[in-house]
Amino acid sequence: MARITAGVTSSHVPAIGAAIDNHRTGEPYWQRVFEGFERSKEWIRNAKPDVVIGVYNDHASAFSVEVIPTFALGTAAEFGIADEGWGPRPVPVVKGHPGLAAHIAQSVILDEFDLTLCNKMEVDHGLTVPLNLMFGTPKAWPCPVIPLAVNVVQYPPPTGNRCYMLGKAIRRAVESYPEDLNVVIFGTGGMSHQISGQRAGLINSKFDHAFLDNLSKDPKKLTRLSHLEMMREAGAEGVEMVMWLIMRGALDDKVDEVYRFYTVPASNTAVGHIILENRKKATKKPAAKIKRAAARQKIHRVRS
Amino acid sequence: MAAAKPTGGKDYDDIPGTYVFDADRSRQGYHLNMFCMSLMKAENRKAFKADEAKYLDQFPLTPQQRDAILKRQYNRMLELGGNIYFTAKLGATDGHPFQHLAAVMTGSTQQDYADLMLRGGRSVEGNRSRSGKYAKAGSSIVKDGKPKSSKPEASKGKNRRG
Repeated sequence: MARITAGVTSSHVPAIGAAIDNHRTGEPYWQRVFEGFERSKEWIRNAKPDVVIGVYNDHASAFSVEVIPTFALGTAAEFGIADEGWGPRPVPVVKGHPGLAAHIAQSVILDEFDLTLCNKMEVDHGLTVPLNLMFGTPKAWPCPVIPLAVNVVQYPPPTGNRCYMLGKAIRRAVESYPEDLNVVIFGTGGMSHQISGQRAGLINSKFDHAFLDNLSKDPKKLTRLSHLEMMREAGAEGVEMVMWLIMRGALDDKVDEVYRFYTVPASNTAVGHIILENRKKATKKPAAKIKRAAARQKIHRVRS
Repeated sequence: MAAAKPTGGKDYDDIPGTYVFDADRSRQGYHLNMFCMSLMKAENRKAFKADEAKYLDQFPLTPQQRDAILKRQYNRMLELGGNIYFTAKLGATDGHPFQHLAAVMTGSTQQDYADLMLRGGRSVEGNRSRSGKYAKAGSSIVKDGKPKSSKPEASKGKNRRG
């Protein structure tokens, strides 16, 4: 059976993508951002996901103002890279996992979450920047990625609670898929930022740190945040942090925080990143001890 | 900071300097945003640059929207139903980094705006509420305004890109 073993959240600032594409990652400004993801790359090399579910938002790339789906799941075999005004980013096409995606679609819709399904969809920096941050710049992404695009462009986005509950439905879907797959879910966007209007440039690090703390320990508190409070405290565009709650809902109630990174700024945005692992479950007691010890060792190594 | 014009009795209109892109604005700004969307294609960017006024004739814009586009008045575009992810495509077509647009919207220079960000960004204090009703509201998740390790690690790097 397939299983979601861990969740990753990360900002998806477009300028991070531009820094990668224009070979500017070694500059002091960008070094500060990329260094924060070195351990994350090591972690995901060890985690070896078979599939990533990438929760992100489209930025007027695949969806204009013609059609605005609240939750759109990519069920295609591959997803092209969108031209966002500068030409498409020079990153590999994103290969999907149509089998698991179709299964998630069916399970989640019958579980009363009415997804939009996309058999053709281009993906933008919202998805590809976090893939770069976690996997670097390989010639092909190391595993299939199922994109889940969430509307956070036109108000209102789905509530944090709805996102959290969708995460739970996705978990149920994954766990009813017969193939033995290790699935990692990414929640992307945020943290505090406002890029529009006279209030552009807003950053609220206190809010961000509290959000990160609660994401591990008390995510239900975050599901009660109103959009108004999120926009007021974390910026009009900071509301996209609701997407992190899809990731969180897909994990166990109790998780281990393996790694965290926070820095201000990347362009206009506070960069936040966290890795959460479900606690290892084992079927036989002797094996359990070994597995837990191995898990502790792994956590220790990544943290040290 | 100049205030965003309210669209009528919505709680989020109390947030200063903010144009929440809701269904009303989406409808009002439909053609403005679809014009911006057309700039995702290289041939359209070329045609627009060659003759902006002629290119805009394809879109049933209001005279105000048309004027705001030609004058690159980015806040005015938001006020008239534009969305930042769409208007950013116009900025990209002009070859501007995003921080140029941010500087225009905040009435700053690009350098001053970039410096503001390096210092940790614009504070939420004093920027919560037009009416003053939520001026000291804070957040339900922040304890005493002092969560642990709340200091952002701002860099002093010289190279930046918006």
